[in-house]
Amino acid sequence: MERVPNEYGRFGDFGGKFVPETLMLPLEEIEAELDKALADESFKQEYIRILQHYSGRPTPLTFAPNLTRQVGGAKMYLKREDLNHTGAHKINNAIGQALLAKRMGKKKLIAETGAGQHGVAAATVAAHFGMDCIVFMGEEDIKRQELNVFRMKLLGAEVVPVSSGNRTLKDATNEAIRYWVAHCDDHFYMIGSVVGPHPYPKMVREFQRVIGDEAKEQFLAREGKLPDVIVACVGGGSNAIGMFYPFLQDDVRLVGVEAAGKGIDTPHHAATITKGTKGVIHGAMTYLLQDEYGQILEPYSISAGLDYPGVGPEHAYLASIGRVRYESATDAEAVAAFQLLAQTEGIIPAIESAHAVAKAVELAREMPPDETVLICLSGRGDKDVQTMMRHLGAREGEDIATVR
Amino acid sequence: MKTLPLSVNPPLFIPFIVAGDPAPDVTIDLALALEEAGADILELGVPYSDPLADGPTIQRAAARALDGGMTLPKAIQLIGEMRKKGVNIPIILFTYYNPVLQLGEESFFALARENGADGVLIPDLPFEESGPLRELGERFGLPLISLVAPTSKQRIERIASAAQGFLYCVSSLGVTGVRETLPETLGDFLREVKRHSRVPVAVGFGISAPEQVAMLKEVCDGVVVGSALVQKVEQLAPRLQAPDEREAAVAEFAAYARSLAAPLREAYSSR
Repeated sequence: MERVPNEYGRFGDFGGKFVPETLMLPLEEIEAELDKALADESFKQEYIRILQHYSGRPTPLTFAPNLTRQVGGAKMYLKREDLNHTGAHKINNAIGQALLAKRMGKKKLIAETGAGQHGVAAATVAAHFGMDCIVFMGEEDIKRQELNVFRMKLLGAEVVPVSSGNRTLKDATNEAIRYWVAHCDDHFYMIGSVVGPHPYPKMVREFQRVIGDEAKEQFLAREGKLPDVIVACVGGGSNAIGMFYPFLQDDVRLVGVEAAGKGIDTPHHAATITKGTKGVIHGAMTYLLQDEYGQILEPYSISAGLDYPGVGPEHAYLASIGRVRYESATDAEAVAAFQLLAQTEGIIPAIESAHAVAKAVELAREMPPDETVLICLSGRGDKDVQTMMRHLGAREGEDIATVR
Repeated sequence: MKTLPLSVNPPLFIPFIVAGDPAPDVTIDLALALEEAGADILELGVPYSDPLADGPTIQRAAARALDGGMTLPKAIQLIGEMRKKGVNIPIILFTYYNPVLQLGEESFFALARENGADGVLIPDLPFEESGPLRELGERFGLPLISLVAPTSKQRIERIASAAQGFLYCVSSLGVTGVRETLPETLGDFLREVKRHSRVPVAVGFGISAPEQVAMLKEVCDGVVVGSALVQKVEQLAPRLQAPDEREAAVAEFAAYARSLAAPLREAYSSR
C-alpha cells in the first residue's frame, strides 16, 4: 500500500485542499507545524502525558462474556473509548489539536459539532489550556442534544446555533469554515473528524491512532494474537481510522459501519460510502451524498454523530482499494444493539457506537467460538438517553421501567 | 462581442448576480440592465447548496435559485439565452467545484463555450488543485480566473504570474457580504498584486458603496460588486416577479447599479 497522504494531501484519488484561497496559507502553516510537532519527542510526550493524567488513558479492553454467550459465536471485545474524560474518543484529537494550537501561539479555538461530543471535547480542552472556544452547532442537533449544549456552556464555550440547510453537522461545518475564513489570523480551527482539507484528515488520524495502538498491544497481551475482525462506526470516521490505522498492514478484517437510517433504499440515511458518489465536500475529494447536479443532499440518521453527507477521504481510499469493508446499520438495528449491550454487559453505548455493535453481533454470530471480534466502543450513551426515551415510546409520567 | 482581457481605462465595473434568482427570465433582464448601466464584465453565480465562500446574502439567493430548479447546465444555457437577447459584455461563470465535477470537466467547458461564456471562476479550487482545469480552459479558450487573498503573501507572485483573464483580489478576510469598512492595508495589498500581474487586477468582497468604489479606483483595474446587488434583487424580488411591476423594478435595479459604477467614470485620469 502506498504511503498516504502524499505531499498534496491525497489518499489515492481522495483528499486534497479544495478551499478558498484565503485558507491556503493557514493550512500550510498548520501542515508545517504538525510535521514538526510529530517529529518532536517532547510534543509526543506531552500529548501522552495529558491523555494519561487528564483523560484517563489507556482505556481498557473489555471482554464481553454475556454478549458473547447470547450471540453464540466469536468472542467479543470492546475498546472502551466511552471511558475517556468527556465520554468519547473525541478528546484524544481535541488534546492533540489544542497542543498544536498552543505551539502555534493561537488562543482561540473554533469547532463544529454534531452530537456535541466534539464540541464538548473542544470546550473542555479550551478550559484546560486557558483558551477561548466558539462552537458551531446545527439548530436541529441543539434540540436533539440539549444536554451537551449545556455542558459546553458550563465549560465556558460560546455555542452558535446554525440555521442554514438541514441544521445539522454539515451546516455547522460550513458555518465553522466561514467563521474561520474571517478569523484565520488569530483562530485555530479544530476539526472533530478525519474530514476537511489537508492536513486535517492526516492530523486527526495521528491524534486518534492511539486507540488502535493501545488496542493492538492490549489484545495481543490478552489473546496472544490479533483480532480476526475489527468493527467501528463511521460518520466522518475518526474513531474508525484511529482504530483501523495501526492494523492496516495486518491480516485483520476491518469493517466500517455507516448509518443506514430508515434504510439505504430510502432517501433517509447517511451511508456515504455505501450509496454516495465521488465529489468535493468541506475541502476534500471523497464520497458524498449528492444529486446528479452536484448539490449536496441532506443525510439522515437517528445518531447526530453519524448524520454527515461526506466521509473522511482516507476511508474513501480504503474502500476504493478494498482494504476496509463498509457496511451499514439502520436506526432500528442500532437501537436494538444499544439495548442489548446495556442489558447484557451493563454498558450503555453512544447511539453512534451502537451501529458498530449491531454489525459486530451480526458478524460474530456467523463466526466460530475460537475467533474474535473487536468493537470500537467510541462513546458512552448518556447523551442519548433522552432521545432513546422518546424513540422507545416512553413519555414523561409513564413507567420507564416497562419500556423494552 | 468583447472578449477578455479588456482595456482598464477607466477601471472595470464587474457586477455579480445569481443565475435563477429570483427566476431565470428575471436574471436575463437583470443582465441586460447591468450592461446598460455600464457593466464591463458580468459575473454570473451558479447557485450551490454549500457555498463556503459566501455570506448569508448570497446563500439566500442560492437557496431561492435552487428552489426554482436552477442547475449548473441550466445556468450555462442561461448565458446562451442572454446572448440571444443582446447581452454583449464578457460573462464569467462563478461556480463551486463540485457541480463542475459532476457535469464532467470537459463537458462543462464545452457547454460553457457553446453558450458564449468568456471565463470561469471557481472559488474553492485553489492554485495547487487547478492545473488540469487551467489546461482545459486554455484548450477551450476560456480563462480560469484566479483569486488572491490578503493571506496569500508569498503565494501572490506564483498565482499572479500565471493569472489569466483578470486577477480577482479578495479585499479582506471573510466570506462575501457587505462590509462597512475595508482594511487600511488594502491599498498596499493591491499595489503588491499589481506589481506581479500581467492581467488586470480587480477587487471584490464587501464592496457595497460608491465611496468605496471611488477609493479603490486609484489602486486597481476593476471593482466587483456582488452582495450589495444581490441584496437589491432580494428586496425587489416580489416586484421583479410581478408582470406589471417588473419593468419599474428592473429600472430601479439598473439605477442602483449605475450609482455604484459612477465613481469609476468620474474624472478618471490615466495612471
